[in-house]
Amino acid sequence: MNKCIERLYNGIIKENPTFVLMLGMCPTLATTTSAINGLGMGLTTTAVLVFSNLIISALRNIIPDRVRIPSYIVIVASLVTIVQLLLQAYLPSLNDALGIFIPLIVVNCIILGRAEAYAAKNGPVESAFDGIGMGLGFALALTCIGLVRELLGSGSAFGFAIIPEDYRISIFGLAPGAFFVLAGLTALQNKFKMPSATNVEGNGSVLACGGDCMHCSGSACMANHATLETRRLQAEEDALKAKQAALAAKQAAVAKEQSELAEKLDKNR
Amino acid sequence: MSKLLNVSSSPHVRSDVITSNLMGDVIIAMIPTAVFGVWQFGVHAALVLIMTVLSCVVSEYLFERLLNKPVTVGDLSAVVTGLILGLNMPPEIPVWIPCLGGVFAIVVVKQLYGGLGQNFMNPALAARCFLLISFAQKMSSFSLDGVSGATPLALLKSGETVDVAAMFVGRIPGTIGEVSTLALLVGAAYLLYKKVISIRIPGTYILTVAVFAFIFGKHDINYVLAQICGGGLIFGAFFMATDYVTSPITPMGQIVFGVLLGLLTGLFRIFGGSAEGVSYAIILGNLFVPLIEKYTLPVAFGKEGKKA
Repeated sequence: MNKCIERLYNGIIKENPTFVLMLGMCPTLATTTSAINGLGMGLTTTAVLVFSNLIISALRNIIPDRVRIPSYIVIVASLVTIVQLLLQAYLPSLNDALGIFIPLIVVNCIILGRAEAYAAKNGPVESAFDGIGMGLGFALALTCIGLVRELLGSGSAFGFAIIPEDYRISIFGLAPGAFFVLAGLTALQNKFKMPSATNVEGNGSVLACGGDCMHCSGSACMANHATLETRRLQAEEDALKAKQAALAAKQAAVAKEQSELAEKLDKNR
Repeated sequence: MSKLLNVSSSPHVRSDVITSNLMGDVIIAMIPTAVFGVWQFGVHAALVLIMTVLSCVVSEYLFERLLNKPVTVGDLSAVVTGLILGLNMPPEIPVWIPCLGGVFAIVVVKQLYGGLGQNFMNPALAARCFLLISFAQKMSSFSLDGVSGATPLALLKSGETVDVAAMFVGRIPGTIGEVSTLALLVGAAYLLYKKVISIRIPGTYILTVAVFAFIFGKHDINYVLAQICGGGLIFGAFFMATDYVTSPITPMGQIVFGVLLGLLTGLFRIFGGSAEGVSYAIILGNLFVPLIEKYTLPVAFGKEGKKA
């Protein structure tokens, strides 16, 4: 059970597919013109993701390794077809708003990525929870982006008009606005150091420059690389020497033991 | 004399030209245009200019303070950006729109890419395009003496004739800074005299537009002159395309850049849907600058004959 909750946390926060893994950018940029569209796209993807993870994980021992990608695609495509038919039947307006991006879920890299990276190696229950976590993370991110774009671009939130028409910045409803908002929210996520896979601390100390890339000019960088390279070589050499010394000591010990044994043998005789 | 005997590592000879001098010259060169715009369009135009400059300077100051970077307001580049942006605004625009543009120009286009010298696009023009897309209607409604009317370029586009003499002096509707070719040329002459800019980019740019208009537009000298004097061509060629950061530094590259801008502008104006295309041409051209510089790198001294 603990593992399942960890998968949820991992998908929504730690490895959020949009803000941390940067996967599935095409639907992220194209379908987030409003919060409700973003949410719809996110939940549709979630549904496909959960079932594809579940089925692929259940079949992981049957699918031959060499044809696994086509097999995954067949499974995902069947699920997407089902979801699209359901959307056409029950949510025609959402289906119209998302358009081509529903069939394109088949080639969504989050789904293939999770299938390859997680579902193919883990049990069905964990995989399903991984799908829920990743899907909700995606839905959350798309809803946030959609909300900001809708608020700035068309002055409303979930369809409720808030900002008067004169003060709407319509570029946020268009493609460039999607890039601005995505970049801005990703920067915020990094700034507030939500514990994610990309901003783990501790690696910076090995850099001779202290990792201050912002104020670094190229030459300093090259020098640092050279320094790092010599350090690495030095460390390797040291490790080798230590190993040699340890080996020599062992050999000496063995030799000593042998001579002692031989002595004992001599005495006994 | 003591300077000469000073023992130090190179460089030994330093120019007195620093960023704030250059930017100061650009500001001086824009004064005739600004004065003409304010005289023609009234107090609100002055307000727009002041507010864009203020918003640029304040957002640069605040951004650098908040991020603990050295404050570079003193190099006047934010003032130049603000002034260019303000001169690109229609005279009757609500003041908050140019202010938003100023913040966008400085924060998004300039500072997020690393400040002066690092931005790959002209901040003022990027902000103008940002506003043009966002507030299409407000950004393209022009009027003169209280009467709203189409710009000469829009008239040309719909096949009507225009008064080139009025366009040269500036008695036409348009943005605050682009209307008076005369005032712009005075400023440009000052910049050329002070050697702040060279004639390569603006010269080839304007010439290419003229040739393009003559070939693909109308074979009529009046039409070609109107294409040159109308819209933001003169302003763009002398003040925006020559921005040091976003234009090539190699002489050959500057010529290629000018021709490229001219072709793009002609394409947008004559075959495009809109009557004006200088802004888009210049920011598109900005994107090609690294490529142009790469292929127009002069051969190093002493290696001339060694081409394999």
